[in-house]
Amino acid sequence: MSEYIIEMCNITKEFPGIIANDDITLQLKRGEIHALLGENGAGKSTLMSVLFGLYQPEKGVIRKNGEEVRIKDPNDANALGIGMVHQHFKLVHNFTVLQNIVLGMETTQNGFLKMDEAQKKVMALSEQYGLRVDPDALIEDITVGMQQRVEILKMLYRDNEILIFDEPTAVLTPQEIEELMKIMKDLAAEGKSILFITHKLNEIKEVADRCTVLRKGKYIGTISVSGVTKEEMSEMMVGRKVELKVDKGPAHPTDVVFETEGLTVVNKEHGKKVVNNVSLKVRRGEIVCVAGIDGNGQTELVQAITGLMKPDSGSVKLKGEDVTRASIRYKNTHGLGHIPEDRHKHGLVLDYPLAYNLVLQSYFEPAYCSGGFLRYDKIFQYGDKLIEKYDIRSGQGGRTIARSMSGGNQQKAIVAREIDRDPDLLIAVQPTRGLDVGAIEYIHHQLVAERDNGKGILLVSLELDEVMNLADRILVIYEGEIVAELDPRAVTVQELGLYMAGSKRKAVG
Amino acid sequence: MKTNGNLLDRQGFRNALASVLAILIGMLVGLIILLISNPAKALPGFWAIATGGVANRKNMGQVLYYATPIVMTGLSVGFAKKTGLFNIGASGQYIMGAFAAVLVGVKCTFLPAGLQCLAAILAAALTGALWGCVPGLLKAYCNINEVIACIMMNYIGMSTANLLVRKFIFDRAKNQSLQPAASAVLPKLGFDKLFVDGGAPSSANAGFLVAVVLGVAVWVILEKTRLGFELKACGYNRDAAKYAGISDKKNILLAMVFAGGLAGIGGALYYLSGAGSGIPVLDVLAAEGFNGIPVALLGMSNPIAIIFTGTFMAYLTQGGLSMQTFGFPTQIVDIISSVIIYFAAFALFFSQTIEKFRHRQVEKRRAAAQTEKGGEAQ
Repeated sequence: MSEYIIEMCNITKEFPGIIANDDITLQLKRGEIHALLGENGAGKSTLMSVLFGLYQPEKGVIRKNGEEVRIKDPNDANALGIGMVHQHFKLVHNFTVLQNIVLGMETTQNGFLKMDEAQKKVMALSEQYGLRVDPDALIEDITVGMQQRVEILKMLYRDNEILIFDEPTAVLTPQEIEELMKIMKDLAAEGKSILFITHKLNEIKEVADRCTVLRKGKYIGTISVSGVTKEEMSEMMVGRKVELKVDKGPAHPTDVVFETEGLTVVNKEHGKKVVNNVSLKVRRGEIVCVAGIDGNGQTELVQAITGLMKPDSGSVKLKGEDVTRASIRYKNTHGLGHIPEDRHKHGLVLDYPLAYNLVLQSYFEPAYCSGGFLRYDKIFQYGDKLIEKYDIRSGQGGRTIARSMSGGNQQKAIVAREIDRDPDLLIAVQPTRGLDVGAIEYIHHQLVAERDNGKGILLVSLELDEVMNLADRILVIYEGEIVAELDPRAVTVQELGLYMAGSKRKAVG
Repeated sequence: MKTNGNLLDRQGFRNALASVLAILIGMLVGLIILLISNPAKALPGFWAIATGGVANRKNMGQVLYYATPIVMTGLSVGFAKKTGLFNIGASGQYIMGAFAAVLVGVKCTFLPAGLQCLAAILAAALTGALWGCVPGLLKAYCNINEVIACIMMNYIGMSTANLLVRKFIFDRAKNQSLQPAASAVLPKLGFDKLFVDGGAPSSANAGFLVAVVLGVAVWVILEKTRLGFELKACGYNRDAAKYAGISDKKNILLAMVFAGGLAGIGGALYYLSGAGSGIPVLDVLAAEGFNGIPVALLGMSNPIAIIFTGTFMAYLTQGGLSMQTFGFPTQIVDIISSVIIYFAAFALFFSQTIEKFRHRQVEKRRAAAQTEKGGEAQ
């Protein structure tokens, strides 16, 4: 029997205008955790989709236990014992945990469901691997972490022996991540073989035995994780040396460019103050970071500032002018830049070409519009300029439909657009969410450069590393209130965590 | 990928080929149904519906005449669709437009000839716009689903038109509206001379040209102007449009007003044709409004394509009339045209199939070229 349970040899998969996988080889040993590392758009998900039967490769063969197999659809993959936890879970929300697990594999007797046996099997599996779930809970009522455990149980219920995890930690809290890592190790110890797609180096270091690196659709190499450092891995992934720490000098803040005064937003449904009397100031040349655990009013605070939501009381001042009631367009054209939290919902018109998205707030300006007609030649010219200047990668330049671009490049496009509009205040909400090391480094550099350019930056972030790395001042938000103002040089991550959890507060001066 | 100048590599050609293929298959299925229903007359009947639209010059003219209103309602539905709205209210907008046009056509004889016709069309556009504006306002400011509002406006429109026709411009003998004055009728532009068969002229008139011009205008608005950019942005992603400072409310309202206006003009162009038809006082929603939906869908909401798909539907209507002369019941005629339209909706599917086929062809050739090269090297 072959040493490898699955071998994907010389896989090539093309899409119009782009080669997603170019002659890639991946060999998975029995019982190992094998990481698949690469930046967004490197072809990791495509390769896994090929293995799972969602795409047919143009070239290459797949072997299981040394024998060539053809995987035409996910059913074939399932029959071969291959299971996948997708990045976005494939669960029926108004079904129970148990119903989701047996879905498509129901045991029946005379046409009637026999759930008892299924329940026994699920509970046994749950016990065996320490996957705590409540089989009768509805999916919509349980946490994301628990939903993920349901996905894992689904694979185990089908007796899969090759488990693919597609960026499983992207949606989890730190505690949930820890738990998942342990589960993965247990699974491997029980003889399951795991493919783990990620771009987070810490996680690879923690659980993976070996790691295959892809870059821009090409195979870079397979390494034994214990023998390399994180820096070496990130260099393989990005193709150059990467600074994992942001290199920035001290801030030289000048005059106040932006302030809010007693800003309050009341939730219409439960009448609670989701933003409670927030007063903050941002000066030119500093990065002020609003740190907090997700759901503590950050979204509403930003929307009340930018105009996507009306504040119930309080005021917003931009360059000394009261813009509380001003239109979004007015703020956009008077010095406010906004990298939104949700790039698909707010940041981009996904079905528009990239170039249109790059002029989304400026298409009406005389440079791009005359007499009511748009000057498309100018719009595409400007698009090409930004694509070049900010290194946005896309299949067909300015004509690429935004939807077809990788997440990292979509975010780069938004960052490019907002920075290039030359705002006085740039609000960046989780600007690096879901991005890879290369893109994070890039965006952090851009933000620091803007700060040094004399712009005020209001950063909202959930990532402690990001907060500690970038902020010149930290404002901690808890249940809609600013509970502390901290100096990142004088506070530890642990202490910051206590403020964010609401167990400590400090008068804000 | 290199194009090699092969026609199949061009998206436009692929789409056109796919549409033709889809229609051919639809016709084949239609033929089978005919064979089942009346084998003896199936072939001549099929021939009639397939070629009726071009059987003689009069029929060709009739195709243009029938096409005019459904191209307009198709444009109406397609325009709203681009802004993410489903204008199922074209029927009400159409009939109210028709009433306004005929009212001006009958009453405003004091206006000079050309001007009266223009005034009638304008009145139709405004009335249609008003009818579109109501669901638009409700959607934009109260977030009431436009489909519900549109359907209700259809019934209100139908009953209002009936009421007003009876009150102001009623032809009791025919139970329909009076004929507009000759000075308000659309010019024939020689169409009556061109599209004629044995001395019997068709009803074709300048209306079709107006529809074509408006189709092109809608295309220009959507593709070339700032307004079109904003409308489409709202349609694709309302949140992102709002984020970018585009007023989604204004654009939703505008889209419905425009859509209503287009459907209203459709009503004017049909009833100002001078063909002798008046607005019937019946409790039936105007079918032209609903026919605009498949026209727009087949044309994938592209205004230029809608001109063609509208003409295609009219062609089937005329072919169906020709088929009736072979004694087929109207129901069979309707089934056949519906089947053909039904299959035409598969055009997108065929387009993708052609693309796949072409891709495989290129791959094979490339592989062959590679082995050849390899052989030479050895």
